[in-house]
Amino acid sequence: MRTKPAIRSFQYVAVGLYLIFLGFPLLWLISTSLKSPREFASITPSLLPKSPQISNYTEALQEQGLIRSMANSLQISIATTILVIVVSLPVAYALARFRSRLRPITNGWILVSQVFPVILIVIPLFMILRPLHLTNTIPGVVIVYMVWSMPFALWMLQGYVAAVPRELEEAAAVDGAGRARTIVSIVMPLLRPGLIATAMFTFISAWNEFFFALVLLQDPQLKTLPLVLARFVGAEGQVQIGPLAAASVLATVPSLVFFAFLQRRLTSGLLSGAVKG
Amino acid sequence: MSTMTATRPKQKSPGRPKQNREAIYLFLPALLPVLLLSVYPLIRGILLGFTDARAGLNVTTEFIGFDNFTRLLQNDLFWASFRIGLIWTIAVTVLQFVAALGLALLLNADLRFRGVARTLALIPWAMPPVVVAIMWRLLLHPTNGPVNGVLQGLNITDHPINWLGDFNTALPAVIVVGIWVGMPMTTVTLLAGLQSIDRSLYEAAAVDGASTWHQFVHITLPQLKTVIVAITSLDMIWNFNSFGLVYVLTAGGPGGKTMLPMLFAYNEAFRYGNFGMAAAMGDVMVVIIIVFLGFYLRNRLRSEA
Repeated sequence: MRTKPAIRSFQYVAVGLYLIFLGFPLLWLISTSLKSPREFASITPSLLPKSPQISNYTEALQEQGLIRSMANSLQISIATTILVIVVSLPVAYALARFRSRLRPITNGWILVSQVFPVILIVIPLFMILRPLHLTNTIPGVVIVYMVWSMPFALWMLQGYVAAVPRELEEAAAVDGAGRARTIVSIVMPLLRPGLIATAMFTFISAWNEFFFALVLLQDPQLKTLPLVLARFVGAEGQVQIGPLAAASVLATVPSLVFFAFLQRRLTSGLLSGAVKG
Repeated sequence: MSTMTATRPKQKSPGRPKQNREAIYLFLPALLPVLLLSVYPLIRGILLGFTDARAGLNVTTEFIGFDNFTRLLQNDLFWASFRIGLIWTIAVTVLQFVAALGLALLLNADLRFRGVARTLALIPWAMPPVVVAIMWRLLLHPTNGPVNGVLQGLNITDHPINWLGDFNTALPAVIVVGIWVGMPMTTVTLLAGLQSIDRSLYEAAAVDGASTWHQFVHITLPQLKTVIVAITSLDMIWNFNSFGLVYVLTAGGPGGKTMLPMLFAYNEAFRYGNFGMAAAMGDVMVVIIIVFLGFYLRNRLRSEA
């Protein structure tokens, strides 16, 4: 279809405005992270730093609390991802392949868990984990994150499993392979891109998570990166804006790197989960 | 998918009892953690709203019926947070939807920056909410923020505005951030919906002489309906339940002007130790969501009938 030049230029203006609305905040954050203290204190701040410098990054990284919180976040996110995948894969397989009575129940639970305010879950969780001495511990946060990210992982994974042609499995069954063998040697390799996408998604969710961490982790030694960043903001009187911006950029890097790989798969996974699940 | 299973020949698809048994084995590793850390806490959380549970060890918890709820209804701060929550939810969801739909239509046409725009589109959603909040605090900073810089440069305002600290501007400012976070994801979802519409529908309509507007109303919107209903109801629920973004932006201030229901409940529970009261607040939120979903499901059933 041919579009009139006037309409066409209006379209470009609209998309341009959108890109500014989306991109400007990011640009400002990155630019602030590269500015000297004198520069962002100036009355007429400029979009790009006049003399970019990385001292904010080195300063942020010298902050002990920040390094430790990054290590905590990394540990928690990796452990959560592994657990979620290991536990969800069989369930996703069963959901996609069997007409069992557990299927409507599980899909109901997936929906319900997206709907309820977390305050209803977090108070009892707190009360359950405390006598087990799991509040204020990394394992405690990991198991909470596992259960909390599972619904979405299942949602994605069952879509991916459903996309694996059944005929391949049936052929394997005819050749005498048992169910477990079929899953491991036929389904898993075909599922690898979907598994990687789900793993990345789970990692990002755990890396970004704030609410449960805020409630469950009090010990300064155990706090995750989002908690430490939020605390910086709370103490704005003494906060150094440059290092704060630098730390914020660093906190976003893992999400963006994973996300760059993930982008295409994720949208298709969401859709196939929605359509075929 | 269910029909696929049903139409499989007998010898290749095991019977139902066997399938149930196999399914249970596959579910087993997930079952205990989910029951213990999701299902049970949820049920207990709902019931907690009817007790006087408080933070701290060795405190007896007694069933007190609807006391928490009557106390909530008499609390002005509850009503305020409820009102703010509704304004926030509706404003963010509706505005981001309208913007996202327009944008998705644009991006569906073959414009040059489509790829860039689509890649950028999901970044806000992948960013840690805490970082988004910090970023916007820098942007909206009363003295060093570029938003005031630009507005003053264009002579729209002669004095710097303390966006997040002023009674009148705090809620609108927070809403803008909410839109910034949510709109890209909505756009991408709608775009995917648009791309799944059969082109030949438009060709046929064009042959019949239908205008662009007619095509939009009679083809695009009906074809997108499922996607629109799904994404806006999810957005509404997510927005109604949101916490971290506004917690870091304003912590509910100034003077409670941005006190969303979740912030209210969080303060009740973890600042004042009123677990029962906070759970009651959660129960109220659940009822609101269920009523909303009820309307949505009824409409959907009616339109499908």
